[in-house]
Amino acid sequence: MTEYLQSTFLGPEIGWFVATLALILLIALPLMLAVAMIIYVDRKIIAAVALRRGPNVVGPFGLLQSFADGLKVFLQETIIPSSANKGLFLLAPIITFTVALLAWAVIPFSEEMVLANINIGLLYILAISSLGVYGVVISGWASNSKYPFFSAMRAAAQMISYEVSIGFILISVVLFAGTFNLNEIIKAQEGHVFGVINAYGLNPLLFPMAVMFLISSMAETARAPFDLTEAESELVAGYQTEYSSMSFALFWLGEYANILLMCALNVILFWGGWLPPIDWEPLYAVPGIIWLFLKMFVVFFIFGLAWATVPRYRYDQLMRLGWKVFLPISLFWVFLVSGYVMIDKFGWPL
Amino acid sequence: MQIFAFYLFASIVIASAAFCIFARNPVHSVLWLILAFFNAAGLMLLVGAEFIAALLVIVYVGAVAVLFLFVVMMLDIDFAELRAGFMKNLPLGLVLALILAAEFIIFGALSWSSAGMGDANAVVGPPAGGPSNIEALGTLLYTKYIFLFEAAGMILLVAMVGAIVLTNRKRGGVRSQNIQEQVRRRPEDATRNTQPEVGKGVEL
Repeated sequence: MTEYLQSTFLGPEIGWFVATLALILLIALPLMLAVAMIIYVDRKIIAAVALRRGPNVVGPFGLLQSFADGLKVFLQETIIPSSANKGLFLLAPIITFTVALLAWAVIPFSEEMVLANINIGLLYILAISSLGVYGVVISGWASNSKYPFFSAMRAAAQMISYEVSIGFILISVVLFAGTFNLNEIIKAQEGHVFGVINAYGLNPLLFPMAVMFLISSMAETARAPFDLTEAESELVAGYQTEYSSMSFALFWLGEYANILLMCALNVILFWGGWLPPIDWEPLYAVPGIIWLFLKMFVVFFIFGLAWATVPRYRYDQLMRLGWKVFLPISLFWVFLVSGYVMIDKFGWPL
Repeated sequence: MQIFAFYLFASIVIASAAFCIFARNPVHSVLWLILAFFNAAGLMLLVGAEFIAALLVIVYVGAVAVLFLFVVMMLDIDFAELRAGFMKNLPLGLVLALILAAEFIIFGALSWSSAGMGDANAVVGPPAGGPSNIEALGTLLYTKYIFLFEAAGMILLVAMVGAIVLTNRKRGGVRSQNIQEQVRRRPEDATRNTQPEVGKGVEL
């Protein structure tokens, strides 16, 4: 597409610009659609666990429920509290939403379908996801209200804590794959276990890391059972308490876009990304993007089940899990994995 | 395109650095500082140092600045006191600023002329097809500069241990949680079933 547009009357520079813009829209717009549908799926899963019907009124099977909700918030009035810091109050949801979209630039949907196939893809994702905390912290402070402020404090502490162990988990995957490029990481998983299964997650050395990454990604996106930042029994709605209308919707969209991103990352790092689960020729006939979406859906289903069944953590337990359990284990595992990789590549040192 | 991006990033860095100093509200100052960090990372990208750019964002924007913001938000700031301190420390600050500016100008001019940076073609990215940023940096750090690198790591470790020792003090009246004990607890440990006779009551 880029080459085609560059060869038309637009010329190489403007052609590149237009093509990139089109590709960004090609990712962002379906992503918004996916977010709307995944909210519906989430509500259906929780409803099923609670033996309810869930959304079933708007559209066939309630499929259009999210769009109805979106239309509703769009028509609502934006209320800005008089004591709020106006500029930052409005900036915070925009930051959350933008950051949630930014990381999708490097996600490979199939071998060719990737907007920016950069060498430092994983580092880029780490950098972008560490920005996510700003939206929450700024909204908590700018609201000039007690509950949002408490929530912002919790969010900052929680995200920083879990980012540390996520970093170590990513490092052990990078050590195995030998690259930071997401596409190369996926390709390195081809036939990784017994020469037939395309997944790092089933490697005995990496399986604990896969489980820890799944839990950490729930904590990183402040998803139940780690949703201390918006625990309704303690903090009303957390940092979103003072928000209404579209600024509230932007938080909502950003949050779910982040959850989808974490599902995609789980799949890419540990479960073979766009590769079929088993290294068997006929399965490669199915396009990679379908495999990716199927796997992402499975991971999201686990997220949904966790929300429906696991009670919320206490705050001290959350911190303990991050610092006293995940951090030592992942640190030790990096040591273990690097030792294994050394021996595997260079033989015994003796 | 590159020139345009350079001037965009560079002017935003300078403007946000200036706003960082002149902002009345410390929280706004920190936010301007973050914008400056971010655009500095953009400048790094332009010269082809993608790894440094990513590190700048991860370490400074993602961790250090968050803690800054955290601390500044929790501080109860007295603006009048702040302004009084400004006048008192102004002479010292001016002297420091002058020294810094002189250093920048002298060393900047020296390195500019010695590296031939006046030449627009002199600033180039890493050679195409060569080792990537991460590989090149890794090879250098873990072979040639291994001892310096490890020494830096040791210093950071010592600083961390020092901070923990300084802040870790014994306090009375703390109800610490023992998770193992809580998890091990079974219903039998806390409850018992009794069938008291009518009118007798239960002995606790």
